[in-house]
Amino acid sequence: MIDRLIVDCMQAASVDIALSLPCNMLSGVLDEIDRRAIMRIPVCREEEGVGIAAGAALAGRRPILVMQNSGLGNCINALASLAGFYRLPLFLLMSHRGGPAEQIAAQIPMGQAVFRLLDSLGIANIKVETPADFHCLSSFMRRTYESSAIGAALLSRELWHAQK
Amino acid sequence: MRRSDIIQEIALRDWLIVANIGYPARELFAAADRPGNFYMLGSMGLASSIGLGLAVSQPQRVCAIDGDGSVLMNLGSLATIAHHAPDNFCLVIVDNKAYGSTGGQPTYTRGKTDIAAVACAAGNVNVIRVSTLDALARALDEHAGHAAVIVADAEPGNQDVPAVSLSPVEIKERFMAHVRKGQ
Repeated sequence: MIDRLIVDCMQAASVDIALSLPCNMLSGVLDEIDRRAIMRIPVCREEEGVGIAAGAALAGRRPILVMQNSGLGNCINALASLAGFYRLPLFLLMSHRGGPAEQIAAQIPMGQAVFRLLDSLGIANIKVETPADFHCLSSFMRRTYESSAIGAALLSRELWHAQK
Repeated sequence: MRRSDIIQEIALRDWLIVANIGYPARELFAAADRPGNFYMLGSMGLASSIGLGLAVSQPQRVCAIDGDGSVLMNLGSLATIAHHAPDNFCLVIVDNKAYGSTGGQPTYTRGKTDIAAVACAAGNVNVIRVSTLDALARALDEHAGHAAVIVADAEPGNQDVPAVSLSPVEIKERFMAHVRKGQ
């Protein structure tokens, strides 16, 4: 249900290519992207996804990079010196790890730093914590592409817990 | 071969060209500036990825001009390219065994690393190593109908050419208009 609503937001914003890395929180989203036959290219490292997204955007596509928030650290230079520098549109859809229910302690430092990192890069960002936030996510995605900007959404783990 | 000769040979073809950051972009700009050129001004390592994204998104042939140092920075890209392998994509790795734009410091391809063997082992089917301009031209044309990785042996060294004098947004808008015309 939550996975479907997330991909509904992507389709409402005309997302037509996804670059992805694995995350157990996001596995349902990736399955749903495939079910709807949106082109998806799994990448080996987040920075590579920013590069492929830039090439796709140069051909007029609307790319989304689906990753864990820890991956933001693996692509900061590319976000700044490629997507941001050329004003190529890109949406970052991130699972927000490192919260209260996190099982992996090493996720905590980047989980805490992610908003400050995005703010310091000038990347507009929102938290998505309940299904009520999907309306906001959908319009934020659309605005991101229409203004050839970079936008980021952090999906909280509670989003999936709420449906169970 | 000099890198600038390799770049000029590629630019004879009416393809979309992604030129790596630093002297590759400058040498292409000086030799054959045209709207179908995308000059990288930052993001070292991502020429092959930008090229792949372009190739899977539109039908014109795309050539990404990369370097040994840059490919070593983004080796996973060779696996991603192997698995998607769009027919309209060619990756040319100019292997001068040096970080050419930063003063010619050696890369590991001067030692034990064979970047063409790495590309093969990543699963790429058409990997061709060339060391003359004739062989390069032949490889570019014979493999123009499918995905290819061409490793071109080159001497280190840069041409004395100025920086790209276009703004990033100018480069992008001119390039995008050119891509749209071809669709």
